[in-house]
Amino acid sequence: MAINWYKFASPASFYPLAGRLVPWFWILAAVLIVIGLYLGFVVAPTDYKQGEAYRIMFIHVPAAWMSMFIYIVMAIYAGLALVLKTRLSTMMATALAPTGAMFTFVALWTGAFWGKPMWGAWWVWDARLTSELILLFLYIGYMSLYAAIDDPRRAARASGLLAIVGAVNVPIIYFSVKWWNTLHQGASISFGQAPTMAATMLAAMGIMALGFWMYTIAVVLMRVRCEILERERHSDWVQEMVSRGTYG
Amino acid sequence: MKSRHKRLALVAVGLVGLGVATTLVLRAFNSNLVFFFSPTQVAAKESPQGRSFRLGGLVEQGSLKRDDNGLTVHFVVTDTSVNIPVTFTGILPDLFREGQGVVAQGKLSPDGVFMADEVLAKHDEKYMPPEVADALEKAKDVNAQMSGTSLAKSGTEGKP
Repeated sequence: MAINWYKFASPASFYPLAGRLVPWFWILAAVLIVIGLYLGFVVAPTDYKQGEAYRIMFIHVPAAWMSMFIYIVMAIYAGLALVLKTRLSTMMATALAPTGAMFTFVALWTGAFWGKPMWGAWWVWDARLTSELILLFLYIGYMSLYAAIDDPRRAARASGLLAIVGAVNVPIIYFSVKWWNTLHQGASISFGQAPTMAATMLAAMGIMALGFWMYTIAVVLMRVRCEILERERHSDWVQEMVSRGTYG
Repeated sequence: MKSRHKRLALVAVGLVGLGVATTLVLRAFNSNLVFFFSPTQVAAKESPQGRSFRLGGLVEQGSLKRDDNGLTVHFVVTDTSVNIPVTFTGILPDLFREGQGVVAQGKLSPDGVFMADEVLAKHDEKYMPPEVADALEKAKDVNAQMSGTSLAKSGTEGKP
Protein backbone atom coordinates (compact mmCIF):
# COMPACT_ATOMS: atom_id res chain seq x y z
CA MET A 1 0.00 0.00 0.00
CA ALA A 2 1.45 3.29 -1.05
CA ILE A 3 0.88 6.18 1.29
CA ASN A 4 1.12 9.67 -0.03
CA TRP A 5 3.22 11.17 2.74
CA TYR A 6 3.01 14.66 1.28
CA LYS A 7 -0.67 14.57 2.11
CA PHE A 8 0.21 14.87 5.78
CA ALA A 9 2.43 17.88 5.13
CA SER A 10 -0.78 19.79 4.60
CA PRO A 11 -2.13 21.26 7.85
CA ALA A 12 -5.73 20.45 6.84
CA SER A 13 -5.09 16.69 6.72
CA PHE A 14 -2.50 16.60 9.52
CA TYR A 15 -4.83 18.30 12.01
CA PRO A 16 -7.38 15.43 12.30
CA LEU A 17 -4.65 12.77 12.16
CA ALA A 18 -2.81 14.39 15.06
CA GLY A 19 -6.08 14.60 16.96
CA ARG A 20 -6.60 10.86 16.62
CA LEU A 21 -3.02 10.04 17.67
CA VAL A 22 -2.81 12.25 20.79
CA PRO A 23 -4.80 10.03 23.22
CA TRP A 24 -2.76 6.94 22.29
CA PHE A 25 0.51 8.71 22.97
CA TRP A 26 -0.82 10.00 26.30
CA ILE A 27 -1.76 6.44 27.33
CA LEU A 28 1.63 5.08 26.25
CA ALA A 29 3.42 7.88 28.09
CA ALA A 30 1.46 7.36 31.32
CA VAL A 31 1.92 3.57 31.32
CA LEU A 32 5.64 3.71 30.49
CA ILE A 33 6.43 6.45 33.03
CA VAL A 34 4.54 4.65 35.81
CA ILE A 35 6.38 1.38 35.05
CA GLY A 36 9.69 3.23 34.72
CA LEU A 37 9.29 5.08 38.02
CA TYR A 38 8.26 1.87 39.79
CA LEU A 39 11.27 -0.01 38.42
CA GLY A 40 13.61 2.88 39.16
CA PHE A 41 12.49 3.80 42.64
CA VAL A 42 11.26 0.46 44.03
CA VAL A 43 12.74 -2.47 42.11
CA ALA A 44 16.21 -1.25 41.11
CA PRO A 45 18.92 -2.10 43.65
CA THR A 46 20.77 0.43 45.81
CA ASP A 47 24.05 1.57 44.29
CA TYR A 48 27.25 0.28 45.90
CA LYS A 49 28.82 3.72 46.02
CA GLN A 50 26.11 6.35 45.90
CA GLY A 51 23.42 4.59 47.91
CA GLU A 52 19.91 5.80 47.12
CA ALA A 53 20.89 9.21 45.77
CA TYR A 54 21.78 7.76 42.36
CA ARG A 55 18.06 7.14 41.71
CA ILE A 56 17.64 10.69 40.48
CA MET A 57 19.34 9.51 37.30
CA PHE A 58 16.11 7.77 36.26
CA ILE A 59 14.76 11.25 35.62
CA HIS A 60 18.00 13.11 34.97
CA VAL A 61 19.38 10.92 32.19
CA PRO A 62 16.18 10.45 30.12
CA ALA A 63 15.50 14.21 30.44
CA ALA A 64 19.03 15.00 29.23
CA TRP A 65 18.67 12.55 26.32
CA MET A 66 15.35 14.09 25.33
CA SER A 67 16.76 17.63 25.55
CA MET A 68 19.39 16.75 22.94
CA PHE A 69 17.15 14.53 20.82
CA ILE A 70 14.36 17.12 20.64
CA TYR A 71 16.86 19.77 19.57
CA ILE A 72 18.04 17.59 16.67
CA VAL A 73 14.46 16.88 15.59
CA MET A 74 13.64 20.59 15.89
CA ALA A 75 16.67 21.52 13.77
CA ILE A 76 15.66 18.96 11.13
CA TYR A 77 12.15 20.43 10.96
CA ALA A 78 13.62 23.93 10.76
CA GLY A 79 15.87 22.72 7.93
CA LEU A 80 12.90 21.18 6.11
CA ALA A 81 11.05 24.46 6.49
CA LEU A 82 13.96 26.37 4.94
CA VAL A 83 14.46 23.92 2.07
CA LEU A 84 10.92 22.84 1.20
CA LYS A 85 9.09 25.94 2.50
CA THR A 86 6.46 23.74 4.12
CA ARG A 87 4.34 25.52 6.68
CA LEU A 88 3.84 22.48 8.88
CA SER A 89 7.60 21.97 9.39
CA THR A 90 7.93 25.36 11.05
CA MET A 91 4.89 24.68 13.19
CA MET A 92 6.43 21.37 14.32
CA ALA A 93 9.74 23.06 15.11
CA THR A 94 8.09 25.79 17.18
CA ALA A 95 5.90 23.20 18.93
CA LEU A 96 8.95 21.15 19.91
CA ALA A 97 10.94 24.03 21.40
CA PRO A 98 9.06 24.52 24.74
CA THR A 99 9.18 20.80 25.55
CA GLY A 100 12.87 20.67 24.67
CA ALA A 101 13.54 23.66 26.89
CA MET A 102 11.58 22.02 29.70
CA PHE A 103 13.60 18.80 29.49
CA THR A 104 16.84 20.81 29.39
CA PHE A 105 15.76 22.64 32.52
CA VAL A 106 14.77 19.38 34.23
CA ALA A 107 18.14 17.84 33.32
CA LEU A 108 20.02 20.84 34.76
CA TRP A 109 17.85 21.02 37.87
CA THR A 110 17.97 17.32 38.73
CA GLY A 111 21.68 17.45 37.92
CA ALA A 112 22.15 20.13 40.56
CA PHE A 113 20.20 18.03 43.06
CA TRP A 114 22.41 15.08 42.26
CA GLY A 115 25.63 17.08 42.19
CA LYS A 116 25.28 18.62 45.64
CA PRO A 117 25.24 15.38 47.66
CA MET A 118 27.62 13.43 45.40
CA TRP A 119 30.19 15.90 44.08
CA GLY A 120 29.76 18.52 46.79
CA ALA A 121 28.63 21.29 44.42
CA TRP A 122 25.32 22.39 42.89
CA TRP A 123 27.05 23.66 39.80
CA VAL A 124 30.50 23.62 38.23
CA TRP A 125 31.61 25.17 34.96
CA ASP A 126 32.80 21.99 33.33
CA ALA A 127 32.33 21.30 29.63
CA ARG A 128 29.27 19.04 30.02
CA LEU A 129 27.27 21.32 32.32
CA THR A 130 28.19 24.48 30.45
CA SER A 131 27.25 23.09 27.02
CA GLU A 132 23.91 21.86 28.40
CA LEU A 133 23.25 25.34 29.79
CA ILE A 134 24.02 26.75 26.33
CA LEU A 135 21.39 24.34 24.96
CA LEU A 136 18.81 25.91 27.28
CA PHE A 137 19.81 29.37 26.02
CA LEU A 138 19.50 28.14 22.42
CA TYR A 139 15.96 26.92 23.05
CA ILE A 140 15.01 30.19 24.74
CA GLY A 141 16.72 32.19 21.98
CA TYR A 142 14.88 30.23 19.30
CA MET A 143 11.49 30.80 20.93
CA SER A 144 12.19 34.49 21.59
CA LEU A 145 13.42 35.14 18.06
CA TYR A 146 10.38 33.45 16.56
CA ALA A 147 8.04 35.41 18.81
CA ALA A 148 9.84 38.72 18.20
CA ILE A 149 9.16 38.83 14.45
CA ASP A 150 5.57 39.50 13.44
CA ASP A 151 5.66 38.20 9.88
CA PRO A 152 5.43 34.39 10.24
CA ARG A 153 7.56 33.71 7.15
CA ARG A 154 10.40 35.96 8.21
CA ALA A 155 10.12 34.63 11.76
CA ALA A 156 10.39 31.06 10.46
CA ARG A 157 13.46 31.88 8.36
CA ALA A 158 15.37 33.73 11.10
CA SER A 159 14.57 31.30 13.92
CA GLY A 160 15.07 28.29 11.64
CA LEU A 161 18.57 29.44 10.86
CA LEU A 162 19.30 29.82 14.59
CA ALA A 163 17.95 26.30 15.25
CA ILE A 164 20.21 24.80 12.56
CA VAL A 165 23.31 26.70 13.66
CA GLY A 166 22.68 25.70 17.28
CA ALA A 167 22.60 22.00 16.33
CA VAL A 168 26.42 22.14 16.40
CA ASN A 169 26.14 22.27 20.19
CA VAL A 170 24.46 18.85 20.52
CA PRO A 171 27.48 16.69 19.60
CA ILE A 172 29.58 18.96 21.83
CA ILE A 173 27.29 18.15 24.79
CA TYR A 174 27.30 14.46 23.99
CA PHE A 175 31.05 14.05 23.52
CA SER A 176 32.17 16.69 26.07
CA VAL A 177 32.85 14.02 28.69
CA LYS A 178 35.05 12.17 26.19
CA TRP A 179 36.93 15.09 24.62
CA TRP A 180 37.84 16.95 27.78
CA ASN A 181 38.25 15.94 31.38
CA THR A 182 35.14 17.00 33.24
CA LEU A 183 33.68 16.58 36.71
CA HIS A 184 30.68 14.92 35.09
CA GLN A 185 31.23 11.19 34.66
CA GLY A 186 31.34 9.54 31.26
CA ALA A 187 28.46 7.81 29.51
CA SER A 188 27.26 4.54 31.06
CA ILE A 189 25.51 3.62 27.84
CA SER A 190 27.22 4.18 24.53
CA PHE A 191 27.31 2.60 21.11
CA GLY A 192 29.44 -0.52 20.77
CA GLN A 193 30.00 -0.90 24.50
CA ALA A 194 28.35 -2.94 27.20
CA PRO A 195 26.40 -0.67 29.57
CA THR A 196 28.14 -0.19 32.91
CA MET A 197 25.08 -0.54 35.10
CA ALA A 198 22.92 -3.31 36.53
CA ALA A 199 20.22 -4.71 34.22
CA THR A 200 17.24 -3.43 36.27
CA MET A 201 18.69 0.08 36.37
CA LEU A 202 19.19 -0.03 32.61
CA ALA A 203 15.61 -1.24 32.06
CA ALA A 204 14.18 1.50 34.29
CA MET A 205 16.17 4.17 32.47
CA GLY A 206 15.21 2.88 29.03
CA ILE A 207 11.52 2.71 29.90
CA MET A 208 11.60 6.20 31.40
CA ALA A 209 13.25 7.50 28.23
CA LEU A 210 10.55 5.86 26.09
CA GLY A 211 7.88 7.33 28.36
CA PHE A 212 9.35 10.82 28.05
CA TRP A 213 9.50 10.34 24.30
CA MET A 214 5.82 9.39 24.11
CA TYR A 215 4.95 12.34 26.37
CA THR A 216 6.86 14.63 24.01
CA ILE A 217 4.96 13.36 20.97
CA ALA A 218 1.60 13.74 22.72
CA VAL A 219 2.23 17.25 23.95
CA VAL A 220 3.86 18.42 20.69
CA LEU A 221 0.94 17.12 18.61
CA MET A 222 -1.48 18.99 20.88
CA ARG A 223 0.59 22.15 20.58
CA VAL A 224 0.89 21.86 16.82
CA ARG A 225 -2.89 21.48 16.54
CA CYS A 226 -3.37 24.76 18.36
CA GLU A 227 -0.76 26.34 16.12
CA ILE A 228 -2.52 25.04 12.98
CA LEU A 229 -5.88 26.42 14.11
CA GLU A 230 -4.36 29.79 14.91
CA ARG A 231 -2.45 30.12 11.64
CA GLU A 232 -5.17 28.72 9.39
CA ARG A 233 -8.07 30.43 11.11
CA HIS A 234 -9.03 32.27 7.92
CA SER A 235 -8.86 29.19 5.70
CA ASP A 236 -11.97 27.45 4.42
CA TRP A 237 -11.46 24.15 6.18
CA VAL A 238 -11.12 25.75 9.62
CA GLN A 239 -14.15 27.99 9.01
CA GLU A 240 -16.12 24.96 7.89
CA MET A 241 -15.04 22.94 10.89
CA VAL A 242 -15.99 25.73 13.29
CA SER A 243 -19.39 26.15 11.65
CA ARG A 244 -19.96 22.39 11.99
CA GLY A 245 -19.02 22.68 15.64
CA THR A 246 -16.55 19.76 15.54
CA TYR A 247 -12.87 20.00 16.30
CA GLY A 248 -11.85 16.40 15.44
CA MET B 1 18.58 22.43 -10.44
CA LYS B 2 15.38 23.28 -8.71
CA SER B 3 15.41 26.12 -6.25
CA ARG B 4 14.73 23.77 -3.36
CA HIS B 5 17.77 21.70 -4.29
CA LYS B 6 19.77 24.91 -4.25
CA ARG B 7 18.48 25.72 -0.78
CA LEU B 8 19.27 22.18 0.41
CA ALA B 9 22.83 22.50 -0.92
CA LEU B 10 23.15 25.89 0.78
CA VAL B 11 22.02 24.50 4.14
CA ALA B 12 24.29 21.44 3.80
CA VAL B 13 27.34 23.52 2.84
CA GLY B 14 26.59 25.95 5.65
CA LEU B 15 26.39 23.13 8.21
CA VAL B 16 29.65 21.55 7.04
CA GLY B 17 31.42 24.93 7.16
CA LEU B 18 30.04 25.59 10.61
CA GLY B 19 31.12 22.14 11.80
CA VAL B 20 34.67 22.70 10.56
CA ALA B 21 34.82 26.16 12.14
CA THR B 22 33.56 24.83 15.48
CA THR B 23 36.07 21.97 15.43
CA LEU B 24 38.93 24.38 14.80
CA VAL B 25 37.79 26.77 17.53
CA LEU B 26 37.37 23.95 20.06
CA ARG B 27 40.81 22.58 19.17
CA ALA B 28 42.35 26.01 19.62
CA PHE B 29 40.74 26.39 23.03
CA ASN B 30 41.36 22.79 24.02
CA SER B 31 43.55 23.61 27.02
CA ASN B 32 41.01 26.12 28.35
CA LEU B 33 38.15 23.63 28.21
CA VAL B 34 39.56 21.07 30.61
CA PHE B 35 38.04 21.13 34.06
CA PHE B 36 41.12 19.92 35.91
CA PHE B 37 44.78 19.06 35.43
CA SER B 38 46.24 15.65 36.22
CA PRO B 39 49.25 15.32 38.57
CA THR B 40 51.41 14.44 35.52
CA GLN B 41 50.40 17.69 33.81
CA VAL B 42 51.12 19.61 37.00
CA ALA B 43 54.55 17.98 37.31
CA ALA B 44 55.24 18.94 33.68
CA LYS B 45 54.23 22.54 34.55
CA GLU B 46 51.33 22.49 32.06
CA SER B 47 49.00 23.81 34.76
CA PRO B 48 48.72 27.59 35.38
CA GLN B 49 51.64 28.87 37.42
CA GLY B 50 51.12 31.17 40.38
CA ARG B 51 47.33 31.16 40.25
CA SER B 52 44.47 28.95 41.29
CA PHE B 53 43.62 25.85 39.24
CA ARG B 54 41.95 22.48 39.70
CA LEU B 55 43.82 19.26 40.32
CA GLY B 56 42.09 15.96 39.54
CA GLY B 57 42.99 12.35 40.18
CA LEU B 58 42.52 9.51 42.62
CA VAL B 59 42.96 9.78 46.37
CA GLU B 60 45.81 7.41 47.12
CA GLN B 61 44.95 4.46 49.36
CA GLY B 62 46.09 5.01 52.95
CA SER B 63 47.16 8.61 52.38
CA LEU B 64 44.32 10.37 54.23
CA LYS B 65 45.41 11.99 57.50
CA ARG B 66 43.37 14.28 59.71
CA ASP B 67 44.84 17.01 61.92
CA ASP B 68 43.96 17.21 65.60
CA ASN B 69 41.54 20.08 65.00
CA GLY B 70 39.45 17.60 62.98
CA LEU B 71 38.94 19.94 60.06
CA THR B 72 42.25 20.01 58.23
CA VAL B 73 42.96 16.94 56.12
CA HIS B 74 46.02 15.83 54.20
CA PHE B 75 45.86 13.36 51.35
CA VAL B 76 47.74 12.47 48.18
CA VAL B 77 46.24 12.84 44.71
CA THR B 78 47.70 10.42 42.19
CA ASP B 79 47.26 9.41 38.56
CA THR B 80 49.34 6.31 39.35
CA SER B 81 52.51 7.87 37.94
CA VAL B 82 52.85 11.21 39.78
CA ASN B 83 51.73 11.94 43.35
CA ILE B 84 50.85 15.38 44.69
CA PRO B 85 50.16 15.99 48.40
CA VAL B 86 47.06 18.08 49.13
CA THR B 87 46.05 20.00 52.25
CA PHE B 88 42.45 21.09 52.76
CA THR B 89 40.54 22.67 55.62
CA GLY B 90 36.79 22.21 55.47
CA ILE B 91 34.05 19.70 54.94
CA LEU B 92 34.69 16.88 52.49
CA PRO B 93 31.85 15.64 50.24
CA ASP B 94 30.16 12.38 51.27
CA LEU B 95 31.59 10.51 48.33
CA PHE B 96 35.17 11.43 49.25
CA ARG B 97 37.05 8.18 49.82
CA GLU B 98 40.50 6.75 49.42
CA GLY B 99 40.88 5.16 46.01
CA GLN B 100 38.11 7.38 44.57
CA GLY B 101 38.20 10.27 42.12
CA VAL B 102 38.58 13.78 43.45
CA VAL B 103 38.89 17.31 42.02
CA ALA B 104 40.48 19.94 44.25
CA GLN B 105 40.67 23.66 43.53
CA GLY B 106 43.53 25.66 44.95
CA LYS B 107 47.12 26.74 44.52
CA LEU B 108 50.41 24.93 44.43
CA SER B 109 52.66 26.17 47.23
CA PRO B 110 56.42 26.55 46.53
CA ASP B 111 57.19 23.37 48.50
CA GLY B 112 54.99 21.32 46.15
CA VAL B 113 51.96 20.93 48.42
CA PHE B 114 48.61 21.73 46.80
CA MET B 115 46.65 24.04 49.13
CA ALA B 116 43.00 23.32 48.28
CA ASP B 117 40.13 25.63 49.17
CA GLU B 118 37.46 23.41 47.61
CA VAL B 119 37.30 19.64 47.23
CA LEU B 120 34.78 17.91 44.96
CA ALA B 121 34.25 14.18 44.59
CA LYS B 122 34.21 12.69 41.10
CA HIS B 123 32.43 9.39 40.59
CA ASP B 124 32.54 7.10 37.58
CA GLU B 125 29.80 5.86 35.27
CA LYS B 126 29.48 2.43 36.91
CA TYR B 127 26.32 1.64 38.84
CA MET B 128 25.69 -1.71 40.50
CA PRO B 129 24.21 -3.25 43.65
CA PRO B 130 26.61 -3.61 46.62
CA GLU B 131 26.57 -7.43 46.37
CA VAL B 132 27.88 -7.30 42.81
CA ALA B 133 30.55 -4.81 43.84
CA ASP B 134 31.62 -7.18 46.64
CA ALA B 135 31.69 -10.16 44.28
CA LEU B 136 33.80 -8.18 41.78
CA GLU B 137 36.17 -7.15 44.56
CA LYS B 138 36.56 -10.78 45.65
CA ALA B 139 37.09 -11.96 42.08
CA LYS B 140 39.80 -9.32 41.73
CA ASP B 141 41.58 -10.60 44.85
CA VAL B 142 41.41 -14.19 43.60
CA ASN B 143 42.72 -13.11 40.20
CA ALA B 144 45.55 -11.21 41.83
CA GLN B 145 46.54 -14.29 43.81
CA MET B 146 46.36 -16.52 40.76
CA SER B 147 48.41 -14.23 38.56
CA GLY B 148 50.99 -14.20 41.34
CA THR B 149 51.36 -17.98 41.27
CA SER B 150 50.94 -18.78 37.60
CA LEU B 151 52.04 -17.22 34.36
CA ALA B 152 48.50 -17.06 33.04
CA LYS B 153 47.43 -13.43 33.05
CA SER B 154 43.75 -12.95 33.65
CA GLY B 155 42.00 -10.74 31.16
CA THR B 156 38.62 -11.10 32.75
CA GLU B 157 38.96 -8.39 35.37
CA GLY B 158 35.90 -6.23 35.69
CA LYS B 159 33.65 -8.61 33.79
CA PRO B 160 30.87 -10.31 35.70
